[in-house]
Amino acid sequence: MTTRAEQSIGASGTAAPKRRKLSRGQAEALAAFLFIAPDTIGLLVFVAIPMLFSLSLGFFEVNGFGSYKFVGLANYRRMLNDPLFFQSLWVTIQYVIMLVPGLYVVGLGLALLIRRKSRLSGLFRTMFFVPNVVSLVVVALVWQVLLVDRVGFINQLLETIGLPSQSWLGDPTYAMGAVLLITIWFLMGYYMVIFLAGLQEIPRDYYDAAKIDGANAWETFTRITLPLLRPTSFFVLLVSTVSAVAGGQGFDLIYVMTKGGPANSTQLGIFYIYMQAFQFNDYGYASAMASVLVLILLLLTVILFALTKGGRFHAT
Amino acid sequence: MPLETPIVREKSRLGGIVWALFTGILAFATICPLAWMISTALKVPDEVYDMTLIPAHPTLVNFAYVFTKLPFVRYMLNTFFIAGSITVLALLLHSMAAYAFSCLRFPGRDVIFMAIFSTFLISLPVIIVPLFILARQFGMLNNYAGLIIPPIFNAFGIFLLRQFYIGIPPELQEAAIIDGASYWGIYWNIILPLSRPILAAMSVFFFLANWNSFLWPLTITTNQNLWVVQVAIASFHDQYSGSWNFIMAASTVVALPTLILFFIFQRQLIESIKTSGLK
Repeated sequence: MTTRAEQSIGASGTAAPKRRKLSRGQAEALAAFLFIAPDTIGLLVFVAIPMLFSLSLGFFEVNGFGSYKFVGLANYRRMLNDPLFFQSLWVTIQYVIMLVPGLYVVGLGLALLIRRKSRLSGLFRTMFFVPNVVSLVVVALVWQVLLVDRVGFINQLLETIGLPSQSWLGDPTYAMGAVLLITIWFLMGYYMVIFLAGLQEIPRDYYDAAKIDGANAWETFTRITLPLLRPTSFFVLLVSTVSAVAGGQGFDLIYVMTKGGPANSTQLGIFYIYMQAFQFNDYGYASAMASVLVLILLLLTVILFALTKGGRFHAT
Repeated sequence: MPLETPIVREKSRLGGIVWALFTGILAFATICPLAWMISTALKVPDEVYDMTLIPAHPTLVNFAYVFTKLPFVRYMLNTFFIAGSITVLALLLHSMAAYAFSCLRFPGRDVIFMAIFSTFLISLPVIIVPLFILARQFGMLNNYAGLIIPPIFNAFGIFLLRQFYIGIPPELQEAAIIDGASYWGIYWNIILPLSRPILAAMSVFFFLANWNSFLWPLTITTNQNLWVVQVAIASFHDQYSGSWNFIMAASTVVALPTLILFFIFQRQLIESIKTSGLK
């Protein structure tokens, strides 16, 4: 494929002898279309079409062997009468509402901590970032070892300091909290780096001026750092929201650690959809639910674009 | 890399010590779970729940078990081949597209780019059901094509490379055209060599992401011979629940290549994350 592309693009750049000679602009456009074709077609086939396909699949009953039957709104009606669907939406909302501010505070906090000029800053930055390079499957397994009932590291530690041990992943009260903390532990280094980059964009003069005016650390933070960090904040809040709704990290963790349990307390929408599709082969119903999720995501994307003016994150 | 941060040099020694202690404890706590993984992997079964980070009787038996009793080498080679292929193909296609979007003029350029950019937020879990059905239709179930081709396509890479190529002075291309170079020649001989640093950073990034990917390989393969390491350790866990020393040994083996890559390339990796967030 490469060689054929090479020949045709090569031919369009130089004058082809027998054919009608292309103008410079036409040749450039032709070459450009050949350059973007593989990726554009790939994105169309493996991202855009599945997306649209998903929306229509919700109106069909699809069995595991791939036969389709049009059922109109039946899947959507079923959704309205499915308490597990609403439960999974509720779990998703809880997850997003707790994860997004948690990541914001921890990410920014770490960035502020390690921007201090010190020889140790680089080492600490590396240490905070390390969890992010390990796979989520490994993360899930490691934390399961740490959270083992009674004899696990965390529970032994709690008992040593006089606190009761808990069945972290087996108790509906704590399981979601555990998943959230693990997700924050995994992602905080990533957002720390994004915040660090944002902090570096803030001109030093502002801090010098604030110092001359006698501003204390809190005033400097609320009057200079936070307002000037607004583009970064938008990016972090919206990207973390979208990825939380879409199950960017949640899926792997939950698949390995809780399978949605105990008592469906960690069953994110995305996980319930997956189970309906690949456990019960109910692709139609799963797609109908996915369509609802897609609508939510579309709404969030529109907000992202509106707030950031098409993906450019300039100060507003 | 020295951090050019707008903060005054530490005023007092005491403040510096308090800061170093506090941040140091947090940083140590952060890496503790991973240290515990390695520690458990070196423990004999009786010691797994001992509260000591350094095993009393360190052993390599768990690693030996993983490599001899299970086809773990096969899983690692599979994953290496799959993640490597995705990385090479993705970088080639993304850099071609990014070159056209940044250095060439053509009708509909901005519209097409925005359309591509808007797929940036469609993540795999959301489209997994239709993508699976489509891939099955294409005969991609249980083969390398299914494991390699769909993950190649993501807008993130195109976007990042385009940001980089925009900075290349257009005079360079003009001069090459006057010299009679074709567009492919310009891309291959000028643009690619110029983008070596960012391509290196992105290849690490892509390789790590695909070495770590779980959901797609889990969904598209049922044949054990095609398993990647993440799917293998997840099912290993179902099979040997409670034998944490074995499971942690397997996890260590899976995590080690990513940790090593990170320590070698961390500057480039962190720089490319910064770019993705801000430009």
